[in-house]
Amino acid sequence: MKLSIQEVEHIAELARLRLTDAEKEKYSEQLSNILGYMEKLQTVDMDNIEPTSQVTGLTNIMREDEVVESGIADELVACSPDSGDGYVKIPKIFENK
Amino acid sequence: MELNKLTLTESFEGLRKKEFSSEELTKSCFDQIKKFDDKINSFLTLNESEALAKAKEVDKKIKNDESISPLAGIPVAVKDIFCTAGLKTTSASKILENYVPPFDASVVAKSKKEDAVILGKTNLDEFAMGGSTENSGFFPTHNPWDLDRVPGGSSGGSAAALSADMGIYALGTDTGGSIREPASFCGVSGLKVSYGRVSRYGVMAMTSSLDTIGPFGKSAEDIAMILKYMAGRDEKDSTTPDVLVDNYSEEIKKEIRGLKVGLPKEYFVDGMDDSVRDMTLAAAKKLEEMGAEIVDINLPHTDLAVAAYYIICPCEVSSNMARFDGIKYGFSQRDKGKDLIDIYLDSRANGFGAEVKRRIMIGTYALSAGYYDAYYKKAMQIRTLVRQDFDEAFKDVDVILTPVAPTPAYKLGEKIGDPLKMYLEDVFTIPASLAGICGLVVPAGLANNLPVGIQLLGKRFDEKTILRVGHQYQLATNWHKQKPSL
Repeated sequence: MKLSIQEVEHIAELARLRLTDAEKEKYSEQLSNILGYMEKLQTVDMDNIEPTSQVTGLTNIMREDEVVESGIADELVACSPDSGDGYVKIPKIFENK
Repeated sequence: MELNKLTLTESFEGLRKKEFSSEELTKSCFDQIKKFDDKINSFLTLNESEALAKAKEVDKKIKNDESISPLAGIPVAVKDIFCTAGLKTTSASKILENYVPPFDASVVAKSKKEDAVILGKTNLDEFAMGGSTENSGFFPTHNPWDLDRVPGGSSGGSAAALSADMGIYALGTDTGGSIREPASFCGVSGLKVSYGRVSRYGVMAMTSSLDTIGPFGKSAEDIAMILKYMAGRDEKDSTTPDVLVDNYSEEIKKEIRGLKVGLPKEYFVDGMDDSVRDMTLAAAKKLEEMGAEIVDINLPHTDLAVAAYYIICPCEVSSNMARFDGIKYGFSQRDKGKDLIDIYLDSRANGFGAEVKRRIMIGTYALSAGYYDAYYKKAMQIRTLVRQDFDEAFKDVDVILTPVAPTPAYKLGEKIGDPLKMYLEDVFTIPASLAGICGLVVPAGLANNLPVGIQLLGKRFDEKTILRVGHQYQLATNWHKQKPSL
């Protein structure tokens, strides 16, 4: 199991991480090593074994669909790096042509 | 009397009897922090003026003979992954270096309601990813028993602070061993609760299907007292079922005669330290002397647990870390003229540390098209097998006794360059995490003056039985009273 630099670049792009060349080298080696260990998972016959995604036994916890004021809406918006008039500001994503 | 050295039980009695004030108790903790934390580095942020104000408020209530909670006026150190309103909360990540949350985690809000005194926020592996606290984005924490060694992790700051008597108890989180391993390495008691026992609202998510929150204490008796106030249903965390919260402080008083303690052969493996093996077996002998019956058991899928965990965890990490995008909160790198995608890429590249990026990468890979069946689905199937192992074992025994980590605390820098080696340290704590059961670590001896703990695993929501075994063991031994010489 060897992860190429191209594969590392592809994963980084999906994960929205900008990696330096040194990081790409390092992750190519380390991820290959870690995923090599994960080959253990392929050694077990798991036909007919149900996957467990969580262990609470709970499903669909419902509540009334009511508006509850947090009381901190302004403070939450103010946590963003750029905000104004109660909105989070982001750079333009559409240009007028 | 050095008040900071008291247990929670002793502090509570002293305050009640007016032998000392909460202000004196709180000041003695800050004195200890100022004296030793430049060497240990367990705290990221101190909350001194607010803590002293709260202590004085409680002192007034005590003076007026008002009824107060057992936690009132008692200083607690909180892992910096719990949101605290108005107090910086970083998760030891540069991406949240200046983040001040406008709300409290449910557990913090509950503690405040009980008039707890919050000393400050403790160091951790960034977003709880790691087992040594070396992955902190700011600085590593040192083990009070030997400053060249790690305190364990990820809740290393909380464990080290408590071990050095900088607080009376502490809060941490445990996903794959992050309370249990540092408790063992630092010589304190620590509880990983059953999945769903304690609300996680307001605690930053790492692996949502495994994350739990729990206390560190100077004794199992203290932990029993704290858990009563942490456990229970919270409508803000829908993974908390409405299961009875036991009266732990009463339950632990029962003797353990006749209790069946399982000893799994899969937890005594090649490569583990002799001291760890010997102390675990010595603890089994002690429990036997106290009237428990030791039963050999099998947990046959133990060997697969680490591989399954290090798929499940990174997959959920890659999803949970997506919220850090430089837009809604935290660090944002915005150079003029850059578009949205550059803000994402640069903020995450410069905000996250190496281990966080590594786990995001593994998770993204394992969840990417074509690999789901080979990795994530397989890991979830192994989780079923591991859970069934415990279900079977608990048909015959009441608790399971195991080692916590293969070795005592290791040296700073020893494993940081080899992530897989670091992951394999979690081999004895991960299976219980996958099964969602509870686990208590209590100190059980010293190896070359380094603490070694034992792990007591219990059925889901049966914290009362492991706390009982831990407390009874501590009545018969003095290992939990051993302190590092600072």
